[in-house]
Amino acid sequence: MNDVKGELLSVGIDLGTSTTQIILSKLRLENSAGAFAVPRVEIVDKEVVYRSPVYFTPLISDTRLDGAKIREIVEREYEAAGVKPEMLQTGAVIITGETARKENAREVLDALAGLAGDFVVATAGPDLESVLAARGAGADKLSEQERCCLLHYDIGGGTSNLALFDRGKLLSTGCLDVGGRLVKVENGVVAYVSEKVRQGFPELTVGSPAAKEKLQDVADAMAEALLEAGGLKPPGRWLEHFITHKTAELTVKPACFSFSGGVADCIWSPRSDDFAYGDMGPILGKTIRRRFEEEGARLLQGGETIRATVVGAGSHATELSGSTIFYQGVSFPLKNLPVVRLDSMDGLSDAIARGLALFSEEGSADPVCFSLRGKENPSYEELCALAGEIAAGAKPLTDRGEALVVAVETDMAKALGQRLAAEIPGGKILCVDAIHAAQGSYMDVMAPACRGTVLPVVIKTLAFETKEGVR
Amino acid sequence: MNEEMLRATVEKLVRELAGATPASAAGTPAAAGTSKPAAAVEDGCLNDITEVDLRTQYLVEHPQDREGFMALKLRTPARLGVGRAGARYKTATYLRFRADHAAAQDTVFSMVAEEYPAKHGYVPVKTLCKDKDEYLTRPDKGRRFDEENQAVIKKTLGNKPRVVLAVGDGLSSVAIETNAADCIKAIQAGLKNYGIETTTVPFIQFCRVGAGDHIGELTGCEVICLLVGERPGLVTAESMSAYITYEPRLGVPESKRTVVSNIHKGGTGAVEAGAHIAELIHTILEKKASGVGLVRS
Repeated sequence: MNDVKGELLSVGIDLGTSTTQIILSKLRLENSAGAFAVPRVEIVDKEVVYRSPVYFTPLISDTRLDGAKIREIVEREYEAAGVKPEMLQTGAVIITGETARKENAREVLDALAGLAGDFVVATAGPDLESVLAARGAGADKLSEQERCCLLHYDIGGGTSNLALFDRGKLLSTGCLDVGGRLVKVENGVVAYVSEKVRQGFPELTVGSPAAKEKLQDVADAMAEALLEAGGLKPPGRWLEHFITHKTAELTVKPACFSFSGGVADCIWSPRSDDFAYGDMGPILGKTIRRRFEEEGARLLQGGETIRATVVGAGSHATELSGSTIFYQGVSFPLKNLPVVRLDSMDGLSDAIARGLALFSEEGSADPVCFSLRGKENPSYEELCALAGEIAAGAKPLTDRGEALVVAVETDMAKALGQRLAAEIPGGKILCVDAIHAAQGSYMDVMAPACRGTVLPVVIKTLAFETKEGVR
Repeated sequence: MNEEMLRATVEKLVRELAGATPASAAGTPAAAGTSKPAAAVEDGCLNDITEVDLRTQYLVEHPQDREGFMALKLRTPARLGVGRAGARYKTATYLRFRADHAAAQDTVFSMVAEEYPAKHGYVPVKTLCKDKDEYLTRPDKGRRFDEENQAVIKKTLGNKPRVVLAVGDGLSSVAIETNAADCIKAIQAGLKNYGIETTTVPFIQFCRVGAGDHIGELTGCEVICLLVGERPGLVTAESMSAYITYEPRLGVPESKRTVVSNIHKGGTGAVEAGAHIAELIHTILEKKASGVGLVRS
């Protein structure tokens, strides 16, 4: 019973501004509690077992993704890796950077998640991307090992995602419109300039000769914005100019810096040909390194560069629930459950009813996930009171025969679930613990692993940016 | 040298060691003025040293990386980073160790409150031990009941009950008083979901794990789950274990027991452990095996 071991085969797919990649990874699970204790299954090892080549993200036009070509890439790579969608137990497709702003981003993403496997989830949003890229590059581990505050930059084709970690703990995230492919060059002529760059450098027009000095000015401005975002220089006009929606809030001043993304390759190993990729990536990489070194910044090299985001999606998006959980009558996977966070223990049933009303107004018949902190070492009476409140508030839901999903942080899910089952005879109930889900996020729950003791869970965002903002 | 001379010499030496010359010890006006009135009575209270969470106490002076060590300390209740005074522990460390040790000993020797069983509706029974001393020195007597108690057990549990939940004081009365009632309620509720009813709970005084085997022998129950106070250690005196045995009978080997240990607020909470135990009992009934047999099934 106690020697539970297991493996999860997980896929990561990243549809980035410039590149599309796929990785497969194995997450090894083990019970780390002693033989005579309540089990505690944890992810003990993550190993990337397959890496696809780096594809250019297929586009039909500047504003639309080529869904059919993307589908082909996924099918081809699955075949090369020798996997079938039904073999995958978890994983995430993430749509990142400028690609998330395409008109058909959501449709392509949803279709792709279905194609990739039943247990593969669709994710999007700059905050999540920042975290996954940083974890994929091992920035959180670096910060923990060095016991320092570290700011990680994932500098891709269209955006730079920032994540601030203090001794391994995530503090904040941010995003700047700084990337290697915001200016493209063909045959010595400027072939594309992004809107943000054009606003800052109106003289840089499509069709004008791609003079190195001009691109150097752009790279200098971008590097300046990155330095300002890292607190190495006071915030100025370039940071303001390149901010996407927010920069990382520096509640602790970072002592070291790390980089990933395609441009990071050009930071660590400068290219002799400045236009090797038909864009400003090599110049930007060199400039970033020079400027950060001039400011005396301590730079650390992470484990991944261009693959950081896809490794993050494949290996770090999935977390495990606690090992004492409860479920009955639920069919897995449960996908895209919007999270209703219940912060106050007072008036819980009213808060639940309000949360339910909010989502049914939006015409969503999908179940929601109620997320609360729970109680440390509750007495049995406290447990019953809590279950009573939840059951009362969720009555409209359970009366319709829909599943009641509750995620708590403290170790009490099994007891709470059993109690809820007594309150709601024959109800569909899922109760997990050791999971923190914030308001506004979404939860996906995969099929139980390790003889049913744990559930792989993905907490994610689904934010698509438009010109009007994040939707 | 007579006794008087010896005393004078010693007094002189002591004064010199204390840094006071005979002249100043005689009392200059200034020194007399600053001396405090003797034996002032205060209402204050000394801090309870056992209330300090050892995971957050770091006594090394001028550490290189206090925060780094504190972060490591959060992972273990071990007495690390205690500093030193010369070659010894600091007073705080020494007193805390003595206090924890004393608490552990007290726990072994203290009794579960007399009104405890009645308060929770448990039926009190007693093994062959007549007191704590005998309980500690004669483990064999802690596993059997006399005829009077046998009769109570048979009457309370009836013939061939499916599942018996029982509570025994074991080596920690505190563990039982803190955890057992919540845990029992959670187990009963969990089992009820599976449609499994339980009997009245016997409370066993001077109880060893093997007492459950005698109950099995007397009643012919299918499964017994016995909650017992664990031998207290220096980390906690509140730890409780559940010993679950399929077909408990006299002479059953220890390998047939399934154990859930470390039930206390720093380990697995009583209520969540109860929910886990309920499921475990359900599995044991299904597989008709416990202990090693269950692992192999």
